[in-house]
Amino acid sequence: MTPGAVADWLAVVSLTAGALLSLAAAIGVLRFPDTLSRMHAATKPQVLGVLLLLLGVGLRLRSPADLGMIVLVGVFQLATAPVAAQMIGRAAYRAGRVDRNLLDVDELADR
Amino acid sequence: MTAPGTEPPARRTRTGRWRDQLIAYGWLVLAWNLFWGEFTWGNLLGGLLTAGVVLLFFPLPPVTFHGRLRLRGLLVFGSRFVVELVRASAHVARIAVQPGYTPRSAIIGVRLRLPTDLNLALTAEVLSLVPGTLIVEVDRDAGILYVHVLDVRGPAALATSRAQVHALERRIVEVIGSNAELRQVRTGPVDKEFP
Repeated sequence: MTPGAVADWLAVVSLTAGALLSLAAAIGVLRFPDTLSRMHAATKPQVLGVLLLLLGVGLRLRSPADLGMIVLVGVFQLATAPVAAQMIGRAAYRAGRVDRNLLDVDELADR
Repeated sequence: MTAPGTEPPARRTRTGRWRDQLIAYGWLVLAWNLFWGEFTWGNLLGGLLTAGVVLLFFPLPPVTFHGRLRLRGLLVFGSRFVVELVRASAHVARIAVQPGYTPRSAIIGVRLRLPTDLNLALTAEVLSLVPGTLIVEVDRDAGILYVHVLDVRGPAALATSRAQVHALERRIVEVIGSNAELRQVRTGPVDKEFP
């Protein structure tokens, strides 16, 4: 196989894995019981899903101009997703939209 | 770069501030060129102008670090981060699709050993991407991160999460901390119980 074909196959694998993780993230956002749990789904599998999709796209396109943009998208995704999740989580907590029956411990309430 | 403590504080802060601005300026120019997809003189000029305007109208908060970047720490942190991001994603994805399972959670406060702004921000940012934890609230004055832990199974799991946050803090300080900060994190007392 030529290096190009190998990269294409790796791209296929990355794109599929990224798509599946994004699907799992969507299911998690839908199924988890409260906002804070949903934010877990919106950060971890979602971020890795996007990174894998970007990796797949990069392996397929293989041009420097696109790679620069892809790296930027990845870096901003890593930097912004936790911040967005924290802002939503904090707002949800302050608005009392937390299911206390599902919390074993809440040290923030004791503050 | 001079070692911390060798210059008078006022001067060090000012030069540190200029250095931070310069680093931010460089990154903005680089990002601008990456956005356009190619490095040309025109893009370089446009980047220099745009970055200047951005830094003038949206000045950065005075967060600085007096340490230095450690390559070894960066490699350890980077590889560990990739492994944990994959594990975290697999974990959340699994409980998301597991039929009839409702995960229990908890919110714990973790006091960092090194309550600098930079350390608080980086630790908070990264712990949202590693297994089990998500940042909810930051108590900047006390240096406490309030962390939401997903899928808690008993009190022992909470102690593990606390230890994980402290281990993460240590890995971050091993990348960016000064020698004094590193000592503080390595030998400083770890609170078993909150606060």
